[in-house]
Amino acid sequence: MKISKRIYTLDEMAMFAESIAQTLFPGFVLCLSGDLGAGKTTLTQFLGKAMGIKDTITSPTFTILKSYKNALVLHHIDAYRLEGTYEDFELEEAIYSDGVSVIEWYENIIGSIPDAYLSIDIDFVDDMTRELKIEGRGKYETIVKAISD
Amino acid sequence: MIVLGFESSCDETSVSVTKDGQCVLSNVVLSQIDIHKAFGGVVPEIASREHVKGITVVLDQAMKEAGVRANDIDLVAVTQGPGLIGSLLTGINAAKAFAYANDIPIVGVHHIAGHIYANQIEQDLQFPLICLVVSGGHTELLYMKEHYHFEKLGETQDDAVGEAYDKVARVLGLGYPGGPIIDRLAVSGKATYKMPKVETKRAYDFSYSGLKSHVINTLNTLKMKGETIRKADMVRSFQEAAIEQLIEKSILAVDKHQAKMFVVAGGVAANSHLRKRVYEEFKDVVVSMPAMQYCTDNAAMMGIAGFYQYQRFGLESSMSLNGDSRLPLK
Repeated sequence: MKISKRIYTLDEMAMFAESIAQTLFPGFVLCLSGDLGAGKTTLTQFLGKAMGIKDTITSPTFTILKSYKNALVLHHIDAYRLEGTYEDFELEEAIYSDGVSVIEWYENIIGSIPDAYLSIDIDFVDDMTRELKIEGRGKYETIVKAISD
Repeated sequence: MIVLGFESSCDETSVSVTKDGQCVLSNVVLSQIDIHKAFGGVVPEIASREHVKGITVVLDQAMKEAGVRANDIDLVAVTQGPGLIGSLLTGINAAKAFAYANDIPIVGVHHIAGHIYANQIEQDLQFPLICLVVSGGHTELLYMKEHYHFEKLGETQDDAVGEAYDKVARVLGLGYPGGPIIDRLAVSGKATYKMPKVETKRAYDFSYSGLKSHVINTLNTLKMKGETIRKADMVRSFQEAAIEQLIEKSILAVDKHQAKMFVVAGGVAANSHLRKRVYEEFKDVVVSMPAMQYCTDNAAMMGIAGFYQYQRFGLESSMSLNGDSRLPLK
C-alpha cells in the first residue's frame, strides 16, 4: 500500500511522527529517503521524542549508527556515507534486533534491509512544505492506513 | 611515566609513545582517507579491515621511533569511544593484547578527551578553561575547573559543524572531505549570499541543520532561475556564518565562567578562518589550539589524556574493557 501526504509545518511533522510512534513494535524498520536537508533527521527527532527518549537525537552521519536506550531502543542509522557498499554486516546487528531502526539513505545498504519495512520518501515542495510518499511492505501495509488518517 | 597510546575510532590507525602527559616520543598515524575518498566518506567495514591490516605495523614503528621496549611501558591508553564500533574494537583488542601479554595496566579513554588534551602537548592547560570541541561528529562547549573534570555547557541539536561542511561541499560538487576544500576555496570568495541567523533554545547549544538547508534551498532556487552559482562566494558566506556561531557562543561561555584559558579541539580546529577569528576575539585569555598534526585523529593525544585520566581516577578499566560507539564524556 502506498499513499502521499503533504506536510506544511514542523508541528504537522511532529504530529505525523506521533502517529507512527503509536504503531511501533520490537523489530520495527522505518526506511527514510530524500535529498540532503529534506527533513529525515528532523522526522527521526520527533519520532524519538514521541517514543519517550529524553536524549538529544543528533545526526548520526559521522558515526553511522547511534543507539538510544529506551523501553524500545531506537537505532538511528545514516547510510549517507555508505554509497556503493550495498550491505553492511555490522549494521544488520541493529536492524535485526528487538529495537526500532530508523534508516536514512537506506538505498545505500539495500542488501541489509529486510523484505518487510515501512518507507517514507521526503520530497521538497518549497522551503517549508514537504511531500511524503509512504509505503508499507509485508506486515507494514496495514500501518500505512493507520498513519494516513 | 611512559604511556603507549592507541587510536582507531574512525579512519586513522595510530599508535604513540608519550612521557609524563606532555612529551611525544613517537606518534605514527596511518590514514585511510585516500581509500574512503572513493566512497565520499568512511565505510565501516572497510575501515575495520584496514585497521586490522595496519595496527601491528604502526605499533612496531611507534615503539622503534620512540626507542622503547615493552618493559619500558607503564600504562596503555586506548580510545574506547565514541566512533565506529568495528574500528574501535581493532584498537581496543590490540591494546588489550599488548597490556595482557606484558602485564601493564590499561585505561579506556574518551576520544574527545584526547582531542582536548592535544592542547597539553604545546602548553600546560590552565583552569578554569572553556573548550570548544569541533569536528565531523561533535560540536560542543565544555567547562573544565581542573584536570579531567568535564562539564558540558551545550552541544549541537542536530548536525555537527564538520558534517555541515562535508554536506555543503557535496551539494556544491566540491568533493570529500569538505572542511579543508571549503576553507581553501573560501579565501577567493566574498560573503555576498545572505545566511540565516541561527536561534537555539539554550545559549550554549548549536545548530547547523538550518544553515545546511538554507544553502541547499538557495542552490535550488538559483538553479531554477537559471542563475550561475558563485561557488567561492557561497562557501565564503557559509563559512563565515558557520564560524561566527562558534565564536559568539564561545565568547559568552568564556565571559560567564571567567575562564583563564580558551581551548579549541577537534578536526575543525585546523580551519584557517576559525583560527583567525579566535586570535582576533580572545585577547584577554590564554588561547590554545593544537598544532596542525594534532588537530586530526592521532594516538599521541590519547596517550596524554590517558595519563591525566590515570592520575585522577586510577584504573577504572580492565581486560573487560569494551568499545562504546556513543560513550558519554564524564
